[in-house]
Amino acid sequence: MHIVVCVKQVPDATEVRIDPKTNTLVREGIPSIVNPYDLHAVEAAVLLREQWGGKVTVLSMGPPQAAEALQKCVGQGADEAILLTDRAFAGADTLATSYALAKAIETIAAKEPVDLVLTGRQAIDGDTGQVGPGIAARLGLPVLTYVCKIRSIDLTQRRLVAERLLEEGREVVESRLPALLTVVKEIAEPRYASLPSLLRAARYKVQAWNKDDIQADAQQLGLKGSPTVVGTIFSPPGRQAGPQLEGEPQAIAAQLVHELAARGIIGIQGPVGVSRFESITQRQSA
Amino acid sequence: MAEKFDAIVVGAGPAGITAAYTLAEAGAQVVLIERGEQPGTKNTMGGVLYRKMMDDIIPGFWEQAPLERHVIDQQWWLLSEEAAFSIGHRNLGHDQPPYNAFTVLRAKFDKWYAQQAVKKGALLITETVVTELLKDKQGRVIGIRTDRPEGDLLADVVVVSEGANSLVLEASGLKPMPRSETMAVAVKEVIALPREVIENRFHVSGNQGVVIEAFGNATLGMTGNGFVYTNKDSLSVGVGAMISDFVRRRIHPHQLLEHFKQHPAIAPLVAGGEVKEYLAHMIPEGGYETMPPLYGDGFLVCGDAAGMVIAVHREGSNLAMTSGRLAAQTIVEAKRDRDFSAHSLSRYWEKLNQSYVLQDLRQYRRTTPTIERNPQILGIYPSLLNEVMGQFLTVDGVPKREKEKRLLRLVTRRRPVTGLIKDAWRMGRAML
Repeated sequence: MHIVVCVKQVPDATEVRIDPKTNTLVREGIPSIVNPYDLHAVEAAVLLREQWGGKVTVLSMGPPQAAEALQKCVGQGADEAILLTDRAFAGADTLATSYALAKAIETIAAKEPVDLVLTGRQAIDGDTGQVGPGIAARLGLPVLTYVCKIRSIDLTQRRLVAERLLEEGREVVESRLPALLTVVKEIAEPRYASLPSLLRAARYKVQAWNKDDIQADAQQLGLKGSPTVVGTIFSPPGRQAGPQLEGEPQAIAAQLVHELAARGIIGIQGPVGVSRFESITQRQSA
Repeated sequence: MAEKFDAIVVGAGPAGITAAYTLAEAGAQVVLIERGEQPGTKNTMGGVLYRKMMDDIIPGFWEQAPLERHVIDQQWWLLSEEAAFSIGHRNLGHDQPPYNAFTVLRAKFDKWYAQQAVKKGALLITETVVTELLKDKQGRVIGIRTDRPEGDLLADVVVVSEGANSLVLEASGLKPMPRSETMAVAVKEVIALPREVIENRFHVSGNQGVVIEAFGNATLGMTGNGFVYTNKDSLSVGVGAMISDFVRRRIHPHQLLEHFKQHPAIAPLVAGGEVKEYLAHMIPEGGYETMPPLYGDGFLVCGDAAGMVIAVHREGSNLAMTSGRLAAQTIVEAKRDRDFSAHSLSRYWEKLNQSYVLQDLRQYRRTTPTIERNPQILGIYPSLLNEVMGQFLTVDGVPKREKEKRLLRLVTRRRPVTGLIKDAWRMGRAML
């Protein structure tokens, strides 16, 4: 069974900020990680290979340093890693990205037929979730999104049964193979890789492919092939500090009740004031 | 069957990366194992990197390494509660290549340095904890165990450069748990400030840098010091003192750092800055007397794990680099002779002995214990000096002769003449 997993190197989301002056993402000095959902996809692929035999190929598109992310995937158990890296790919939106990845998967499949393509449900930087379905559309593959479990695979009948995680519950679907699945974290927990696996990754040389290696049409790549225009990115305005009441606790409490009542947040019956507050507290202490 | 290498290096700090780099350059099969996500993520120092020892390994490294500023100005401030007595040395000879020292942020620098070792052919394994040394029946070290599945590796020599918190050496019975009197803890903040503000406050331009070491009230008289180092667009501001002092005085390191930042001489330097990072680290300051065995059958010990720190000169990473380089050279020679016994690896000790590393460690063997045993040295003198200077420089119409008498009385009331002589003798003996 040959499984291709598409992965993306993303900035560590916990550290991303938006530059308030330019309204663009500050990426300088932010550590890069493998998109977390993609690591779950890699684990699912490795588990399938361990069950069925075959091979796991990880594929990514990005600058040369994205090879680090692929090497990490090899450490997690992938057999081969291919990085699409070429200036012609730069500035790609989801349309151009899915084109390049689809061409690469065709190239991979020409040498060794592909049974299954896995991707994470979405990348944590762009959050579009479009690239996986985009690849499937271009390759004419059935697409199952938000897959949380692969129930069974029948390689002779070339069928797969999987569960999709929906808001209301789980949907069980059957598909022919080859298919493309975008997966959620529940599909499999990435393993704590073995030392021999990490050594293999440390020695592994990621294969770099350019646009000619995948016989891509330059017009459909990178900025040229990208109709999406990002107008602006902005942070929603931060919450303003609310008013503060100062003074003796009893006086503040009474004032707070008045304020809340004045805004219609609470209704008041009977007299409100220090005396009533005191009578309540006295009752409690008694 | 576990894989076998020529050498395994435990820990990717200055010592370990240097050992791996030098071994790989010599054609040895070497694997460098680091517990952090990346080399540098768990490594901390105040931030001064000396040029010479790094230049010995990668000549002209400043052309490509991620450095902050080159140091042209070094200052020592003796603080009392509200005053500072300072001396400094600004040297424009240090303003040009090959420079003397740089400020660095270790998260960036160590990552870069480890990449250079990888380029030379070292295998880097991160996010992996070495738990113990593997030994054969004769007690010779033959490899390591990690916390990974199938986590054993074998090697002719294991270089232990695991840093101040030497859990592997302790687990292997090669080093006792350190005493709190021999271990300092330092905390620092990286405080962001615009370049222009740093240039104005520290009177520098371009990539010129200033380092300030502060004593006395900086640590409330505890054995240690505070520091302010200039980075490109941030300051490294920190304090460090012996753990035993923190315990005795019931002061938290972060409280001490807040105290230091609020000192009237320090506050204007950091004003308006935004704290970007908070870091803490142990520093083994026990010196020569507390060093573990540096070699044995199948292993060598380098850097902080070996206790190679000269606190009074703020040196550590340079000793680590030199020890890593000499360890690698020793292994290359041992490989040539196919002899990895303690006898063969004792050449490492000889090399260290011939270098400044052990000579300096021996010279300063008494410094920290002396200061530790004589709290008056950092407790009294910085404030006394400021008091004397304050009165001396206050023009108040008192005749100078009378003023001199008063100052002498002031000094001898705080510390009698015999005490002064004793302290001078003790410090002279500890330093020279």
